[in-house]
Amino acid sequence: MKKMMLGNEAVARGLYEAGCTFVSSYPGTPSTEITQYASDYVSIYAEWATNEKVAAEAAFGASLAGARAFSGMKHVGLNVAADPVFTAAYTGVNGGLVIAVADDMGMHSSQNEQDSRHYAVASKIPMLEPSDSQECKDFTKLAFELSEKFDTPVFVRLSTRISHSLGSVEISEPAPVEPREYVKNTQKYVMTPANGRPRHAEVEKHMEELGDWCETADINSVEWGTERKIGVVSAGIAYQTAREAFGDKASYIKLGMIYPLPVAIIQELAEKVETLYVIEELDDFIETHCKKHGISVIGKAELSPLGEYTPEMLRRLAGDSVPDVTHTITVPPARPPVLCPGCPHRGVFSVLNKMKLTVTGDIGCYTLGAAKPLDAMDMCLCMGASVSSLHGLLKARPEMARRSVGVIGDSTFLHSGITGLINIVYNRSAATVLILDNSITGMTGHQPNPVSGFTLKKEAAPVVNLEVLCRGCGVERVRVVDAFDMEGLEAALKEELAADEPSVVIMRRPCALVKTFKKGSPRTVEDCKKCKACLRVGCPALYTVGELIQVDQSLCMGCGLCSKICRFGAIKEGK
Amino acid sequence: MTNIVISGVGGQGSILASRILFALYETRGDMVKVSEVHGMSQRGGSVITTVRAGKTVYSPLIPDGEGDILIALEQIEALRYLNQLKPGGTVISSIQKIPPMPVLTGAAVYPDNVFDEIRGAGFKLITIDALTLAKQAGNSKAANVVVLGAASAALGGTDAEWDAALSAAVKPQFLDLNRRAFELGKTVI
Repeated sequence: MKKMMLGNEAVARGLYEAGCTFVSSYPGTPSTEITQYASDYVSIYAEWATNEKVAAEAAFGASLAGARAFSGMKHVGLNVAADPVFTAAYTGVNGGLVIAVADDMGMHSSQNEQDSRHYAVASKIPMLEPSDSQECKDFTKLAFELSEKFDTPVFVRLSTRISHSLGSVEISEPAPVEPREYVKNTQKYVMTPANGRPRHAEVEKHMEELGDWCETADINSVEWGTERKIGVVSAGIAYQTAREAFGDKASYIKLGMIYPLPVAIIQELAEKVETLYVIEELDDFIETHCKKHGISVIGKAELSPLGEYTPEMLRRLAGDSVPDVTHTITVPPARPPVLCPGCPHRGVFSVLNKMKLTVTGDIGCYTLGAAKPLDAMDMCLCMGASVSSLHGLLKARPEMARRSVGVIGDSTFLHSGITGLINIVYNRSAATVLILDNSITGMTGHQPNPVSGFTLKKEAAPVVNLEVLCRGCGVERVRVVDAFDMEGLEAALKEELAADEPSVVIMRRPCALVKTFKKGSPRTVEDCKKCKACLRVGCPALYTVGELIQVDQSLCMGCGLCSKICRFGAIKEGK
Repeated sequence: MTNIVISGVGGQGSILASRILFALYETRGDMVKVSEVHGMSQRGGSVITTVRAGKTVYSPLIPDGEGDILIALEQIEALRYLNQLKPGGTVISSIQKIPPMPVLTGAAVYPDNVFDEIRGAGFKLITIDALTLAKQAGNSKAANVVVLGAASAALGGTDAEWDAALSAAVKPQFLDLNRRAFELGKTVI
């Protein structure tokens, strides 16, 4: 039976069919839906962990117990999880352990464009890379087999266009997989230096065996073209783009395993074609492998390490003509993403902008507070850095404590803001941290987290009390402000910025897109004075007709922020 | 190969529209691929979804200048992706205007002659008041399926195939609403 599936949904199907029973992940575009779809299977226990390191360690524990286990994350999530993952390469597994990492070429929803294939080399963990939804399912199942056969975690590398493309997938029912016995084995699982040294030797041994295995593995396939001029070595989404651009005349090697990489089949293709291209997005990973083995290929000398490849780019490379598609039309105004109408973050950034504060920002919807007209962020680096970097900033320039704040969401704070806050308390900086608590992980699509009150499997869960948590970390000045109360926030910030000790201000309101959000009555405008002050809050529901402000009745959530900004009382609560 | 571009603003429902088209072409025996947009752009940003159907589909992305039909859920989002269409291709656009933030803040101007420009560039154009018709069908959120109805003649497919596609892609509780929206969309052509 065939079913329409996103790449991520197909990975989840692969987990189900492989008999995987444990999934722990942290949301991150473009990997999020794997775990969401996995949670729909009754046979799979699936959870949102507090961060990727916790998730990977939990999956390791389940593998140790004998279950087939999985953790899925985005590329930068693997940076967080790297510590346990590198050493899990040494311990190996009991039940199969598979880690999916989804890269984001083109940075559709990420802060960098790192190439996670380097992690396979650095950690000595084999990596598979599917090129469509069907392979997402098939390779996930294969990854479990390889994991158990070679006693190693296995990476499945995805990308935005694989994770978020729909294709048809042939589905089947799982063959029963019995969990493996738990057997205490300190030499294998207690990674002291004395135990680690022989394990490292084991790693080198099985990677060599995997090198032999991949030479003949049918997931590394050769497709001979009608001519022998052009050969292409590629993998994943880049293969699909190359196949489209170079057509039936060229010959292809589609690599399903990208670490270790085969040598013989690439050498054979190189000998039979006039020109051999390596088509890979981001870094020269496969190209470097080819050159190391003395195979002459064309890659990054002609192609960019930036962004996604298009068929047009590759056609130009192949010397084909590409039609001119520019039209003499008005260039439409840009449409960047914006905070939603009714978003509880809008008022906060409006106040930060008004007070002209230096703001260390963080990862989430509220990163959009950096965009005009809110324009209230000075840096955004990675999960949790708003808190820890603020500390460093204040140590270097203590005088900035009076006019600097860190801004972090609830999920991001629980992910990796807490450790930064403890560091602020312990090493004594007079930092002021704002936690934007909308009680959900918003940007990735409203995943529950430890302040939501329920789990991924929709079971009730205790709610972490952020006030008590911060006080427990040693912050004595902790207060809660309604996120729609801009006057209250301004007053609170003035006091906390003046205080010579750490402070936490928790801004609380549910996300405007969740069911618990109480929609107010849409605003109406009477007797507008045309000052346009309200447009400074950057709400998409406000627009102008001529010079007069109007409120889009279908978009307005009735939060009332614009009414508070209007000095003339012209924006009123509708009836 | 049939290449369909769906453009709009994050939250307008281009993903559902693309899934209906996936089901439509699959029931007709084609191989289909769709590239969706999730994540940050969905927060009111410009989104483009591509649908490709044929004997064999490799890339889910459409090469510039090879799109057959552009389905736009907002006016300037039609203008933005014209480069995807082949010369003389067809644009089916909602007349809805959603001013983007640079327009709201006064940094840019919303062009007022979008449809003249599209016709002037040599494309066939069908416009539809999708929002009004969607409200008439029962919910403004069904504007995406109204536009699909308007595009259905250009896209091909029998009534039975379309109904099967709607049933396959739309949640059962919203199926009747979307059937009404689709039928209202068809009335403009």
